[in-house]
Amino acid sequence: MRLSYPANVKIVLVPCTGKVDVMHLLKAIQMGADGVYCVGCLEGACHYNQGNLRCRERVERVREILQEVGLEPDRVRMYNLSSGEAPTFVAYAREMTELIRRLGPNPLKNSQPAIRVEEAA
Amino acid sequence: MMKSGSNLEKILRAGHFAFTGELGPPRGAHAEEVRKKAAHLKGRVDAVNITDNQTAVVRMASWAASLILIQEGIEPNYQMVCRDRNRLAMQADILGAAALGIRNMLCLSGDHCLFGDHPTAKGVFDLDSIQLIRMVKQLRDEGKFQSGADVDGRPAIFIGAASNPFADPFEWRVQRLAKKVEAGVDFIQTQCIYNMAKFREFIRLANEEGLTEKVFILAGITPMKSLGMAKYMKTKVPGMDVPDEIISRLQGVPRDKQAEEGIRIALEQIAELKEMKGVHGVHLMAIEWEHRVPEIAERAGMLPRPVVG
Amino acid sequence: MIVAKRKPFDEILRMIESHRKVLVAGCGTCVAVCLAGGEKEVAVLAAEIDMARRLKHEPIELGQTTLERQCDREYLAQLDGRAEAYEAIVSLACGVGIQFLAERFPKIPVYPGVDTCGLAVNQDVGWYEERCRSCGRCVLDRTAGICPVTLCAKGLYNGPCGGTNRGSCEIDPEQPCAWYAIHERLKGQGRLDCIRAITPAQEWRDTVPRTLIQPGYRKPEKAKA
Ligand code: SF4
Repeated sequence: MRLSYPANVKIVLVPCTGKVDVMHLLKAIQMGADGVYCVGCLEGACHYNQGNLRCRERVERVREILQEVGLEPDRVRMYNLSSGEAPTFVAYAREMTELIRRLGPNPLKNSQPAIRVEEAA
Repeated sequence: MMKSGSNLEKILRAGHFAFTGELGPPRGAHAEEVRKKAAHLKGRVDAVNITDNQTAVVRMASWAASLILIQEGIEPNYQMVCRDRNRLAMQADILGAAALGIRNMLCLSGDHCLFGDHPTAKGVFDLDSIQLIRMVKQLRDEGKFQSGADVDGRPAIFIGAASNPFADPFEWRVQRLAKKVEAGVDFIQTQCIYNMAKFREFIRLANEEGLTEKVFILAGITPMKSLGMAKYMKTKVPGMDVPDEIISRLQGVPRDKQAEEGIRIALEQIAELKEMKGVHGVHLMAIEWEHRVPEIAERAGMLPRPVVG
Repeated sequence: MIVAKRKPFDEILRMIESHRKVLVAGCGTCVAVCLAGGEKEVAVLAAEIDMARRLKHEPIELGQTTLERQCDREYLAQLDGRAEAYEAIVSLACGVGIQFLAERFPKIPVYPGVDTCGLAVNQDVGWYEERCRSCGRCVLDRTAGICPVTLCAKGLYNGPCGGTNRGSCEIDPEQPCAWYAIHERLKGQGRLDCIRAITPAQEWRDTVPRTLIQPGYRKPEKAKA
C-alpha cells in the first residue's frame, strides 16, 4: 500500500514529541510557515510516559501566543496516532492542509524579523 | 471588680444569665435603618453586638452604628476586626468609642477580604485578635498604649472575644480560649452552636481547665430560618458544624413550618444552656431576623431583662 | 528561590508601543529556573513582540540577551556600551534585577516583563509554592518550620482562627490551613508548648527599605563606573 500525503508538508523528525519546544513551533510561524502541526503517539502510549502530553501543553501555549500576537491559533495543532496508522497520518496531513488553505498564507511571510542576539561579553 | 460599668458587665457580675443580640449596620448612610432594627431589640437583650464590616462587606462603621444605639437607649457591643485597621487606627477608635460612651467591645480577627465586596483589598492584620485583646487590656488597666507610652484617660471597656468550639483542631480550641483569657478577655461569645454534643464537651474541658471561672461565656445561637439556610451553613460556611439531625428535623416539617421548627430547636438549646455549668448567657444572632427577637426572647423565658443598678 | 510570572503580553506590548528598538534582557538565575525569564523565555518574548509588531505594520528592532544575574553589578557591566544602542529595555529578571538594571542605565526606560511573586519552592515542573515573605523576623523555630506570615491567609501569629475547616483555610478548601498544620506537626513532635504562650504584637521590620550589611563587611563603596 503506497499512500501519498500533500507535497507541501515538510516533515521534521524528532525522537519524541516531548522534544518539541515552544520556540520550535513559534520560530516556524515567525519565519513565515503557514502552519505547523505535531503528530505524536496516542495519549497514554508514550514510550517516555509524558512526552506527547507535554507536547500538547506546548502546542496549547503556542496557540495562545498566536492569539495574543494576532494570528489564527489553528495554524498550530496537535494530532495523535499509533505508529502503524499510515492512512490516519495521511488523513491528518490532508486535514491540516485544507485548514491552512482556508486560513490563507501567513502574513508574516512578506517581512523578516530584526532580532540581534547580544552575547554576554 | 467592675471594669467598665457596662450593663452587660453588671448583669454578668450579678450572676444573671445574660442575653445579647446582634445587629448588622446598613450598606449606606441611613441611620433610620439602624433605629428600625434596634427597636425590635430594645428591652429584650442586655447589649447588642454591632458587626464590623461583617463578612468583609463594607457597611456603616460599627462605632457609628453603636452611637446610634446609645441614642436609642440600647447598649452596644462594639465589634472590631483586625482586618481593616492597624494598631494606630484601632487605638484611636477605641479611645473615641470610650469617650462617647461605648462600654463593651468584641475583638475579632475578621473574615478574609476574599469573602467580601472588595476581594482585592489588602487585609491589614497588623495585630491578631489575641494581640488586640491584650492591647485593649493594657490601655484600660495599665493606661499604656501598645508602644508603652502613657494614656491620659483610660478607656473603660468590657473586653469580649469570640470562640469557635467547632473549628479544627478541636483539642486546640480550649487552649486557644485559654490564650484569650491570658490576654485579658472578660467575656466570650461563641460561634453559632448546632452540635450540642461537641459544645458540651468543649464546656466540660473549659470547666476542667478552670477557664469558665475566669471568663464569662455566652453561647452563640442562630435559629435556622429554613432548610436551605441549614444546608448552606453546613456546607458553605467555614468553621460551622451543623449535624445531620438538624437537617433532618427541618426536612421533617412542611416548608412553611421550617422557621418555626428552627426557632423550636433554638429554644430547646437555650433551655439546656441555661442549666449548663460554665455557660453565663446566650448570644442570639438572628441575622436579618431582628423582628423575631421579641418572640424568641419571650418564649425562651428571657423577659423581662433584669435591671442591675 | 525567587519566582516570577510573565506579564500578560498585551501589557508588555503597551509599555513599548512608542519604541522602535528594544532590548529584551533575561536573567539566568531564579527566573530562569522558574521558567519565567531565562534564555528560552527571552527568545519567546522577542518572537512574540516581533510577530505582533510586524502584523501591525509597526516593525521593531529587537535585541535579546540573558545575563547570568541582573542583581550583580559585574554581570550588568557586560551591557555597558551596548545597552545604549536601544531605546528601551524589557527585563525579565525579578523586581530586584529590574531595578538594578534600571539603576545601571538611568537614561534608558526599563520595563518589567514579569510580575515577581515571592520566595517559593519547586513542587513539580513549572509549579511553585510561596514559602517566605522575608519579613525579617523569623518565627519558624516555634511554628514547626511552617511560616504563618506567608502561609496563613491572615498572617496570624496566634492562630488558628475560627475559620479552619477540616484542615483547610477558610479562603479555599484547596488551601491548607497553616495553623492546623503547625498544630499537627508540633503535636507530633511533642512541642505544643511552643504555641501555648501568646506571641506578642509583631515589631514589623519590612516597613522601610532595608539594607543588609553582614557582620565584618562595611558598606560597599559607591559604585564606580
Ligand atoms: S483558616 Fe488557618 S490559614 Fe486560614 S486564615 Fe485562619 S488560621 Fe490562617
